Amino acid sequence: MKWFDYQAPRNIGEAVEAMTLHPTARPLAGGTDLLVQMRAGRRTPDLIVDIKKIPELNQLHFEPGLGLTLGAAVPCYRIYNDSAVSRAYPSLAEVANIIGGTQIQGRASIGGNLCNAAPSADSIPLLIALGATARITGPSGERTIDVAAFCTAPGVNVLQPGEILVSIQIPPTAGGARYLRFIPRNEMDIAVAGAGVSVTLSNGNIQSAKIALASVAPTPITVDASSLSGAPVNDDTLKKAGELAAAAAKPITDMRGTADYRRHLCAVLTRRALASAIAAAKESK
Amino acid sequence: MERKVHVQTTINGEPAEFLCEPRQSLLECLRDILNLTGTKEGCNDGNCGACTVTMDGRIVTSCLVLGVEAEGAEITTIEGIARGNELHPLQKAFLEEAALQCGICTPGFIVAAKALLDQEPHPTEERIRWWLANNLCRCTGYDKIVKAVQKAAQEVTL
Amino acid sequence: MSTQYNVIGTRPIRHDGADKVTGRALYGADIQLNGLLHGAILRSPHAHARIKRIDTSKAEALPGVKAVATAADFPAAGDKIVDLGEGATPLSYIRGNVLAQGKVLYRGHAIAGVAATSAHIAEEAASLIEVEYEVLPCTLTAPDAMKDGAPILHEDLHMQEFGKKTDKVNNVADHFRFSIGDAEKGFEEADLIIEREFHTSTVHQGYIEPHNATVLWNNDGRVQVWTSTQGSFVVRDTTACILDLPVAQVKVTPMEIGGGFGGKIPVYLEPVAAVLSKKSGRPVKIVMTRKDVFEASGPTPGSYIRAKIGAKRDGTFTAAQAYLAYEAGAYPGAMVGPGAMCIFAAYDIKNVTVDGYDVVVNKPSTAAYRAPGATNAAFAAESVVDEIAEKLGIDPVDIRLKNAAKEGTQRVDGPKYRRVGCVEVLQAIKASEHYNAPLGGPNRGRGIGIGFWFNVGLPSSCTISVNADGSVNLVEGSTDIGGTRTSIAMQAAEVLGIPAEQVHPSVVDTDSIGFTAVTGGSRTTFATGWAAIEAARDIVRQMKERAAKLWETEPAEVNFENGVFSKNGKSMPFAELASKIGETGGPIVGRGAVNPRGVGGSFAGAIADVEVDPETGKTQVVRFTSIQDVGKAIHPAYVEGQMQGGSVQGIGWGLNEEYYMDTTGTMRNSSLLDYRMPTALDLPMIETIIVEVPNPGHPFGVRGVGEANIVPPPAALANAIHQAAGVRLRTLPMKPSTIMEAVWAK
Repeated sequence: MKWFDYQAPRNIGEAVEAMTLHPTARPLAGGTDLLVQMRAGRRTPDLIVDIKKIPELNQLHFEPGLGLTLGAAVPCYRIYNDSAVSRAYPSLAEVANIIGGTQIQGRASIGGNLCNAAPSADSIPLLIALGATARITGPSGERTIDVAAFCTAPGVNVLQPGEILVSIQIPPTAGGARYLRFIPRNEMDIAVAGAGVSVTLSNGNIQSAKIALASVAPTPITVDASSLSGAPVNDDTLKKAGELAAAAAKPITDMRGTADYRRHLCAVLTRRALASAIAAAKESK
Repeated sequence: MERKVHVQTTINGEPAEFLCEPRQSLLECLRDILNLTGTKEGCNDGNCGACTVTMDGRIVTSCLVLGVEAEGAEITTIEGIARGNELHPLQKAFLEEAALQCGICTPGFIVAAKALLDQEPHPTEERIRWWLANNLCRCTGYDKIVKAVQKAAQEVTL
Repeated sequence: MSTQYNVIGTRPIRHDGADKVTGRALYGADIQLNGLLHGAILRSPHAHARIKRIDTSKAEALPGVKAVATAADFPAAGDKIVDLGEGATPLSYIRGNVLAQGKVLYRGHAIAGVAATSAHIAEEAASLIEVEYEVLPCTLTAPDAMKDGAPILHEDLHMQEFGKKTDKVNNVADHFRFSIGDAEKGFEEADLIIEREFHTSTVHQGYIEPHNATVLWNNDGRVQVWTSTQGSFVVRDTTACILDLPVAQVKVTPMEIGGGFGGKIPVYLEPVAAVLSKKSGRPVKIVMTRKDVFEASGPTPGSYIRAKIGAKRDGTFTAAQAYLAYEAGAYPGAMVGPGAMCIFAAYDIKNVTVDGYDVVVNKPSTAAYRAPGATNAAFAAESVVDEIAEKLGIDPVDIRLKNAAKEGTQRVDGPKYRRVGCVEVLQAIKASEHYNAPLGGPNRGRGIGIGFWFNVGLPSSCTISVNADGSVNLVEGSTDIGGTRTSIAMQAAEVLGIPAEQVHPSVVDTDSIGFTAVTGGSRTTFATGWAAIEAARDIVRQMKERAAKLWETEPAEVNFENGVFSKNGKSMPFAELASKIGETGGPIVGRGAVNPRGVGGSFAGAIADVEVDPETGKTQVVRFTSIQDVGKAIHPAYVEGQMQGGSVQGIGWGLNEEYYMDTTGTMRNSSLLDYRMPTALDLPMIETIIVEVPNPGHPFGVRGVGEANIVPPPAALANAIHQAAGVRLRTLPMKPSTIMEAVWAK
């Protein structure tokens, strides 16, 4: 690895200042993607800004009615070990529990998963389906954008020089949600395809559904699921959801799977995830 | 200006300090600076678990931690698992169950398994397999490792 | 009739156990020396290219860099042919794989080495070396490399055919044929003939410890090497050969080794570290990255195989034929010979012809992997056997039993078996609870497979010295990868009539023990164990002399049984006599040096239950049993461990592992994330059934147990997947997308 300097600021202002002074600087949360990329020579920052000592980035706070504030540096294990969060967002707790193995979950954060902007990121489709937003701070102040618009290309996000992700805000949920991915192993693997789904029900019908996909486009993508609103809960609807996902997917063939196979998986995973989300929505009522 | 960083930390219950470059991983610092070579390097990208240590009570792959991040932290390595001259029940169980062949993955497995038993004294087989999925072993097929953890779980609670 | 043993068959704690569970055991990369420099290797980014120019000046100028080495620093190899234990090989090939000269033949091919004061500086310096390439087209699979007009790797490689050099220059290093009986006539007698084509991917042994070497070229001219290797004497001889030194000018200290499976026999780093040490005057350590391990060590060949078997209606096999083309990688030496010998080795077939092709391709030079060549072959043969059984309506075990190899069966390459346990393995499968249990759910299937591995003998040395406290020190040269210190010590203990714990085994450097061949070929417990038996017998002989002296009789009059010396009512246990060696004549040292014949081949079987997700094609192994004839299990727990470990490597090979190469010859999945070896969560417990048909060629009946167990799993899985998903997979790995595509094609 090339030489770099290291700073661990205690507040957001210092972090933004350091990031602004060093245009190639990278923030470090869990480091489980960043250090691998640096060792492979894919990123060569001259400064690493360790953001784990900044209080706002370590916040994990759930307020019924307001939702969840998830600090950008909160490691996965804190999410699934927090009973209030696990109860309110079981699908999020589950995602935190499938990113990497136990050791990775001791370090890796959902914020980092988002900033890394991998097409295969497991948390992003679920965050999109949950309607999450990203709170960003930088030299010219603070802004908030939808997670759905955060990733712009493989490994690239909307953050401008000097900006850091502070937290992810997840609104309260009224229904059910689920993320399912397909991997050849049972753990420690990158999604060949993934589907995040959320759903609310009304009088036994689907009131609204959101679907987002991983690993089938240069970024995680949102599927237009508005045609599912008002549909009855039955196998035809599940199948239709799968077809919408398959049609929206723009996969490539690579070492993880062929394009056709991935499109097929989108349909299967979306159907299964929706069925599971519907079951969760019924249960939560 | 390229300058090394002074790090003060706690390793296996003892205060420790060292000078390192920011680019050196905790794994490198343990092995090359502190001569704690029981922690092994298998892949240097977090996928084999051979370099597993605990940091502030959580298991991490030390290849994906910078040495400078150890400042103020509490680290436990394989060298800190035995109780003085007495092997930890996991270490005994690994020997009794023949849960190692070449032994290169063993330190990582023992550190990881101990963290599990410390928080969950009675894990199911599925739970043990889940917890240890970040630790690769190429010799044993895991059968005897899982059985050793199960055996140690019984002994720890006796 | 079974022999009663006191030590053999028990499960003592391994002698190196405490060191290995506390982190004290020192593996190759753990060595620290005063003034140690760290090395890095510059590797080719191209799969096939001519090197036009190498400029190391920028690397040399980087602060902290102490030496740079290229192939020009090695003595010229000329046209010397050497045999370092793997058959006669041009030295230029062995040397050329260590540092490329003239051409690079695969991505990852080493070009230069750098030594610096830190690994980070060395790495940075390596990236500053400028190499000008003329990139050439590459060829990546055996069938492609054999086509007319394929890019040629070695302009000087003349194809050998049926044992004779030809003037053909292509990528086929060797084409050979084994034949017994008359295959054509045999097929005419058949009621059913099945012929199928199979493809298997390049796979890696996947040892967790990367290759490493630390070398000090001392001021007295001796070259001292610390490394993790399966064979310290192979490292010594290869390093000496490349550096053109007398063999004993090199001293190799084998450190603990973190897995090998055949892949830690070749030498990669030692000669480079040696040159860097000579140039810098300091010791140099080089450790491969995981990517290097994948791209630049020795995986095992991918292959193309055609297998054909003819059978009568009653299931009797009348003839078999096979065509095997194995990818050697950059230099000749694919394990196609053993593959050809093993493909039908489990069956008594009178008419067999097998053609083998050793084909060079632009991939890393392949190495042995646990029963090298046999797993690919068994995948083909056992799939065809299963299909014949299905078509004839015969139980898969019964059809194998009907044709099983036994004492006197002639293998296609000529030898006739002595007592072997193929039938007993099949009977054990048939009688097992697993084979007779219900499958327990939809989308499930059960498959079986069997396989063979020869095992080898080769030289081993051992010395034992007696301590006054009644214990003995055992010194040997076989590096211990999986508990062989203990399985060897137990055999000495059995002879001496003392507990295993009273034997203190040490694996020592090449200056301190007689020549000992590699830990490989399932030979260590067999051959080094035999050397220990000989050394222990030597001890007993000398101890009898001491007892005779005390009792004023002739040594021949002294009896020795169960650790007690006796004569005419007088008796003395081993320990008591040991306490008197000082007064009866001084130290006692026993020696054993063997090159044993009498190797017993091992047959193994597997029963696999799988569940296949019909919508994703993902296979979950729900139950698995490994069955093996081990001759005599010295330490049953470690025998089970070999069976379980081999089985799981076979499962990984069968289901997910592969070198995923793009068209430029770049491996796209060179990490332990994407290479997908099985994790603990992917597997059930691996059940074992130890079958003991003693090997008549060993004092305790030992057969090697390390390898045969990897041979059947991919075939057993393919047969199980066929039952579960209704498709026959003839390509490895049988990954989910491959299964799904086969389902769609149906």
